[in-house]
Amino acid sequence: MKEKLFNEKTKLADLIAANYNLILMLPRFGLPLGFGDKKVKDICAEYKVPSDFFLMVCNVYTFDGYIPTDEEIVATDMSLLTPYLLASHQHYLRYKLPHIEQHLSRIADDAGERYGTALKSFFAEYKNDISQHFEYEEKIVFPYMTALQDKREHETYCISNFKKSHSNIEDKLDDLTKIIFKYLPGNILPEESIDLIFDIIQLLSDLTKHSAIEEKILVPYVTSLEREAL
Amino acid sequence: MTRILRILLVEPSPIITEGISCLLQKSNLFEVCSTLSDADTLEERLTISKPDILLINPMLLPHTRPLVSLKVFRDFPKMAIVAIVYQYLEPALLHGFHGILDINESSNKISSILKAAYSSLEDKDDTEEYSLSSRETDVLIFIARGMTNKDIADELNISQHTVMSHRKNITKKTGIKSAAGLAVYTMLHNLI
Repeated sequence: MKEKLFNEKTKLADLIAANYNLILMLPRFGLPLGFGDKKVKDICAEYKVPSDFFLMVCNVYTFDGYIPTDEEIVATDMSLLTPYLLASHQHYLRYKLPHIEQHLSRIADDAGERYGTALKSFFAEYKNDISQHFEYEEKIVFPYMTALQDKREHETYCISNFKKSHSNIEDKLDDLTKIIFKYLPGNILPEESIDLIFDIIQLLSDLTKHSAIEEKILVPYVTSLEREAL
Repeated sequence: MTRILRILLVEPSPIITEGISCLLQKSNLFEVCSTLSDADTLEERLTISKPDILLINPMLLPHTRPLVSLKVFRDFPKMAIVAIVYQYLEPALLHGFHGILDINESSNKISSILKAAYSSLEDKDDTEEYSLSSRETDVLIFIARGMTNKDIADELNISQHTVMSHRKNITKKTGIKSAAGLAVYTMLHNLI
């Protein structure tokens, strides 16, 4: 596993060639395009991004089998963990979900009123679920982590409550793709619905990775802070 | 069953072939679309004539491997395979056949044996693949209305455990996991 992972000497361009989805990471870290042949180490230094954390995120995002060890977690600069997760949330809420919703609503209108209403209300409910989930993370989990980092007083909370809160959200999105490609009436233009399905699948895979980052980095990191605080 | 079922008959003995064809001709349920005296060109013939029922003497098939593992049959999952049997055969040899036609059987039984073999296949297809049973549909409608497992169990007078197992089957058949998704499914299928 170790030898497969990206490291500081990997060129940023090679890292993205290895997994195109990693291009989504760049805006979340404030890294611009047009990086030429620079190595991860250099471009991270230039934009003041801790390269160990950037690489850990990219590696978890890319290699399903990679689980950072507790030692790696403790040794990594986590100052960008919250900003990174917040930037991801913003990407979903401000950009991705509205984009999908608009597209879905076009299709829903063509599908007839009955189907259309059902689809729209399903998606509205999904959006509500996911916003609530992000809000919970932003109002409870992240402040709790920051308080532990700063060794300040904090609300009574335990990170073990957080585990397993993701599965529902992903199930619903997965259901939506099935509903669209298995059960939608045949009068919708295939190009329209296929576009939408690709969009949803891409979001689903990004969200799955987002959860993996929270489960493999955030949870063990906060657990280590909790241990320290005892 | 309204349409005529097409049969491919594969049997080395001309007398048996002639006899079975003759008997089946009298019934208006079946049509022998093709006959073969050995299995050498079976695959091509199946591809061309796509019979509903393959009536075959198992002695013509390779004995070293079980029927279900033969690629030629896996390619035709909607075809019923019925063995023509003259004498006692090892049960292992007959494993995987949808029906057995013993030539000592009285002639009026042939059609019911073939019908049973074909419909056993149909039932399996329908229930195992995708359509929901009427009980599952009941449960689905309650899920779509937002009822809990306990409410559904009380309403239908079944245990919560049974409700759970219906839910599992519904998800397996529809591919949809969440209650909200199932509600949309219910609506798309005009169930509520």
